[in-house]
Amino acid sequence: MMEKMIIGRYVPADSLLHRMDPRSKLILVFLFVGVIFLANNFWTYGILLIYTLLMAGFSKIPPRFLIGGLKPVLWLVIFTFFLHLFLTREGAVIFDLGWFKIYEEGLRQGIFISMRFFLLILITSLLTLTTTPIEITDGLERLLGPLKKLKFPVHELALMMSIALRFIPTLMQETDKIMKAQTARGVEYTSGPIKERLKAVVPLLIPLFISSFKRAEELAVAMEARGYKGGEGRTKYRQLSWSTVDTLMILLLLAVTVLLIVFRG
Amino acid sequence: MDISLKNVEYRYSADTPFERLAIQDVNIDISSGSYTAIIGHTGSGKSTVLQHLNALLKPTKGTVFIGNREIKAGRKEKNLKGIREKVGIVFQFPEHQLFEETVEKDICFGPLNFGVSETEAKKRANEAIKQVGLSEEILEKSPFDLSGGQMRRVAIAGVLAMEPECIVLDEPTAGLDPRGRKEIMDLFYKLHQERDLATVLVTHSMEDAARYADEIVIMHKGTVLQKGTPNEIFSDPERLLAHGLDVPDVVRFQLRIEKTFQTKFDRICLKEDELINMLAAFLKRRGAQ
Ligand SMILES: Nc1ncnc2c1ncn2[C@@H]1O[C@H](COP(=O)(O)OP(=O)(O)OP(=O)(O)O)[C@@H](O)[C@H]1O
Ligand SMILES: [Mg+2]
Repeated sequence: MMEKMIIGRYVPADSLLHRMDPRSKLILVFLFVGVIFLANNFWTYGILLIYTLLMAGFSKIPPRFLIGGLKPVLWLVIFTFFLHLFLTREGAVIFDLGWFKIYEEGLRQGIFISMRFFLLILITSLLTLTTTPIEITDGLERLLGPLKKLKFPVHELALMMSIALRFIPTLMQETDKIMKAQTARGVEYTSGPIKERLKAVVPLLIPLFISSFKRAEELAVAMEARGYKGGEGRTKYRQLSWSTVDTLMILLLLAVTVLLIVFRG
Repeated sequence: MDISLKNVEYRYSADTPFERLAIQDVNIDISSGSYTAIIGHTGSGKSTVLQHLNALLKPTKGTVFIGNREIKAGRKEKNLKGIREKVGIVFQFPEHQLFEETVEKDICFGPLNFGVSETEAKKRANEAIKQVGLSEEILEKSPFDLSGGQMRRVAIAGVLAMEPECIVLDEPTAGLDPRGRKEIMDLFYKLHQERDLATVLVTHSMEDAARYADEIVIMHKGTVLQKGTPNEIFSDPERLLAHGLDVPDVVRFQLRIEKTFQTKFDRICLKEDELINMLAAFLKRRGAQ
């Protein structure tokens, strides 16, 4: 029932994005998150959209799968759109029902904010779809490396992140399994009145929490049994390598940034 | 109530890069009141087949007939609750589905969902807990204070209390001790005989399949390799062994004897005393020669 979700999932393939160094991909995503706030008119949002679609193309992830997987979040995007559309009261009135007015600024805001939302989700999904959790963690640990001098727990943070990412699919599977078991006992998750469906969450969440706590405990014991004792003196099996493509990709985003600054209103 | 699968194919995550063909071209008929065992290696598609029996999964090709309902690939289905009431499933490790504060509430959960009255549900809980070999005092306890084996029994009681017409069991005894295993298997066999409860059992144990089932289905790599009565299935033990599947101890013993004495008995025995009689007769004949 959850098999179409793509958030936090990795799709093995051999594409430009897959081959990039995780550090450059992380840098790109962080930059993108900042850069997106530069956009404020149709031109600039257009540029960002083209950039994002280009990246999606580079990833070789089948578009149908990408769209299918983003469907659940699209509802959130649409909700954002209408929220802005109805609640903004600035600019000329473009639609008037007497008690109910839609303003030009509302339409603009609605489109821009939901677009911003959508692009952010797409770009971050592309990161996790083309990078294994281990790579993301390694990359992050290396990027934040300098902070170790300030006693910032970089290794622990990276470990926490990799465990979280690693267990998303497991949690999904577990959810699916328990949903099926409760469906077999007469719960309806996909039809019926909203009130009933909300009530149906309890028989799902409790077993999930219990198994997650159990799993966390088992994982901790297993790590300790295998001699894990923090990042001190721990060597790396995988070496990261920065290539020309990584540099070029960062330059591309910088070029986009320049364009945004030029074209923003 | 009869259930039958006609040319059923199922793909997990269809239309995504994770698509995976789990079963194909599966034809199985389960008539009311029968006892069917499904055997096969891990990953051969047994659990996937089971989930079609109460429409938890809808085939990606083919049709499943459940009683008077017809679940066809590619068609939207509504109101599947009626099917779920009639076909109860005990999943692999069913103790993971427990969630209520007390055992009694958890057992009543299924019946209440299907519109049974509160008093009736409690009555059923009381009955079910005794059937699975636990005492009534457990009803007031939290399911999470029980041992693994007790939790398993409570989960099974939760399905029994739904009073299904057909019960589907996915390795119900995995991880239990030998005695618990026998108790649970005997319980299901008793229900099968007393109430004429149609039973479908997925198991890795050839002994159980040979002992309890009227019909055995052997799954191999997502397809049905062979199906028939235990006698038919085990009459060709070499074929099973060639596919890396086990045969019951009795059959293995018979094969060893046949090899040692360079002979071939005229049939395969599934019961120990049957084999003993045949062996005794054989040794007598040999002695006489
Ligand atoms: N949720 C799922 N998503 C994707 N593939 C799955 C899923 N569940 C099962 N499969 C795949 O379908 C195939 C059949 O699995 P299934 O669980 O039916 O096997 P099984 O015979 O029940 O095995 P076992 O004896 O281990 O329980 C396997 O190859 C498995 O990897
Ligand atoms: Mg299974």
